[in-house]
Amino acid sequence: MTDAAIGSLPIASAPPRRDIGLRRRYAAERRFRWYGLAAISVGLIFLVVMLASIIGKGYTSFLQTSILLPITFDAQVIDPQDRRDTDPSVLVKANYPQLARDALAQKLGIALDDKPQIAALRGFVSDGVRTQLRDMVVADPSLIGTTRDVWVLAGANLDSAFKGQIDLEVAEGNRKVSDRQIGWMDQLRAEGAMAGKFNTGLFTYGASSRPETSGMGVAIIGSLYMMAIVLLLALPIGVAASIYLEEFAKKTRLTDIIEVNINNLAAVPSIVFGLLGLAVFINFLGLPRSAALVGGLVLTLMTLPTIIIATRAALAAVPPSIRSAALGLGASKTQTVFQHVLPLATPGILTGTIIGLARALGETAPLLLIGMVAFVADYPKTPLDPATALPVQIYMWANEAERAFVERMSGAIIILLVFLMAMNITAIVLRRRFERRW
Amino acid sequence: MKKAILTASAAVLALAASAGYAAARDQVQIAGSSTVLPYAKIVAESFGETFTEFKTPVVESGGSGAGIKEFCKGVGENTIDIANSSRKMKEDELKSCVDAGVKEVQEVKIGYDGIVFATDIKGPDWALTPADLYKALAAQLVVDGKLVANPNTKWNQVNPALPDWDIAAYIPGEKHGTREVFEEKLMAAGCDKEAVKAAGVGEKEVTKACVAVRKDGKAVDIDGDYTETLARIDSNKTGVGVFGLSFYENNADKLKVATVSGVTPSTETIASGEYPVSRPLFFYVKKAHLGVVPGLKEYVEFFLDDQMVGPEGPLAEYGLVAAPDGERQEQRDAFTAGKSM
Repeated sequence: MTDAAIGSLPIASAPPRRDIGLRRRYAAERRFRWYGLAAISVGLIFLVVMLASIIGKGYTSFLQTSILLPITFDAQVIDPQDRRDTDPSVLVKANYPQLARDALAQKLGIALDDKPQIAALRGFVSDGVRTQLRDMVVADPSLIGTTRDVWVLAGANLDSAFKGQIDLEVAEGNRKVSDRQIGWMDQLRAEGAMAGKFNTGLFTYGASSRPETSGMGVAIIGSLYMMAIVLLLALPIGVAASIYLEEFAKKTRLTDIIEVNINNLAAVPSIVFGLLGLAVFINFLGLPRSAALVGGLVLTLMTLPTIIIATRAALAAVPPSIRSAALGLGASKTQTVFQHVLPLATPGILTGTIIGLARALGETAPLLLIGMVAFVADYPKTPLDPATALPVQIYMWANEAERAFVERMSGAIIILLVFLMAMNITAIVLRRRFERRW
Repeated sequence: MKKAILTASAAVLALAASAGYAAARDQVQIAGSSTVLPYAKIVAESFGETFTEFKTPVVESGGSGAGIKEFCKGVGENTIDIANSSRKMKEDELKSCVDAGVKEVQEVKIGYDGIVFATDIKGPDWALTPADLYKALAAQLVVDGKLVANPNTKWNQVNPALPDWDIAAYIPGEKHGTREVFEEKLMAAGCDKEAVKAAGVGEKEVTKACVAVRKDGKAVDIDGDYTETLARIDSNKTGVGVFGLSFYENNADKLKVATVSGVTPSTETIASGEYPVSRPLFFYVKKAHLGVVPGLKEYVEFFLDDQMVGPEGPLAEYGLVAAPDGERQEQRDAFTAGKSM
């Protein structure tokens, strides 16, 4: 329409007002905006409540109550018969908790022959001192006979009391710390000899029946092994399958069936993959139970469909003109795919892979059946050794009776969420950085 | 990079495909009951710390039935060595074991576990009897010689001494070993079998009718663990929950325990048999693996040692009710003698 045409319209008589439902349509739009906002707010509220409850319960787990004790490595206790030169196992089997107990009694001014008071010290220092002091002495036997200031872990109940998680109003008999222990705790706190230290153990210890010496070390290693296996297997297999299906295969009834099946597999409950893993990898192939290798293989099967679907979508999003241009310049079909199409699809493929990995990282159900929901104290040296995984560790701690495990569980959830967030952010960054719009 | 990924993938594939992986297992593997799990964990951990030449055993949870099923899969590297169980192995389970080649199974009783009823710590004192529980929780009761759906809705209708609370009981779900003890020691014990029979129930059906729990929402099956039961009590302050003794003792600042037939549950009353609701705990050892899997024999012996399973040991401290002295010695002798089922 030209300006002249507009200008020539009669101005005098305004066009008759037609009811085009303007008000109703604006109202509908406003309503919809409100619905949308409400939906987002509900989602956000739930997220905030969940995060607040997890972080509120879990942040304390990153500090662990420790006690500074001047420990005398008394030869009379460690090696009363002086046999350590001929029989080094004496150093391994010595009664190290007694060293810590004596040091604590001395610090609190309790005579060593005051039996009732000494008995009340029980549980004040974690039994984990046995390995802590043993490792020190075995590494350096010259410590024997000297006195060192050592930070040792407090017992789990003391730790809970120190953090104010035990209700001290309750009658003394109904709680796990006595009034006497609370008194000693306050005394040590005032002296600065009892304090919350950053809990490196949460990241390095394996499973333990004592809350204060249990950590996610084995779970983190197990999860890393499994993620590596999933990445190394699922990515090449998935990408190869999708390239073939998307670029080479003819559209036939067979490829249709395959496509439907892949989409179906992506929706199969993960426990089914666990059953499959048990039947094939453990019972048929004879791979070891509880091993990260089997877990990785099961999660690979679970992640494959996700990766195939994402890769196919990424390949399909590359415009046909790229292919035509490459083919027109004389590239072979393979050259076209690998030198032109695949590089352009890479951001999409990586995003899909990372999201698939993140899902695999959070899986527990399939691991239950292949024996990875287990108490594993030793670090897995290879993927063939027994291991657990991050979500499994959360599940195991959720089942514990002791109060101190509750905060560790929430702490473990925080760690898992941080891992997941890091992976998802990487996926977003990759997409932002390398995505090309046509 | 691409080449490295390819090579690594090939390596993993080759590893995965090496059918009949046969490197000797050097770690004891255990699975089974979640009730026995905490005790097995304590022993496994101490075992690893004491015997530095052996690795710490791996303990899976998953329930008595699932553990025994894994145990009975056969003999060899990739089958477990020990099944923990909160009940005795059943006849047909043993048969399936033997059929799969697990010819010799050694049974070890480690002690007892008590089941307690507990309410929120702020509630009044409770004194229950099996008859009260039966009347409150049975699906059908005999009223005027006829079986009718349980009409009781409040605890004081069952027994005037109980508080005026709506009946809400959180009991172990049917897959739990605890449920059997609950049915046998409480429901069946509190049920007047003659009256049920007189109401026209056949001889064989009586026990079944006695242990049937009401399904109208007043008795809630908890399929999870005691943590879930505790959460239910937390949110419903007038609820009654079933817990293991050790769980209760670890949460005694939140829960108040009820007496059953006038007896307060404690390690002493359970060991003496005074407290009526308790059960023995077991584990089963594959004899063919003894001497083959390093540390297996030592682990069982260490478990049965008084420094672990005795009344002063860490298991008792956690809540296990130690078996009487003679019984513990009997278990040790039976294991040393290699007595199998």
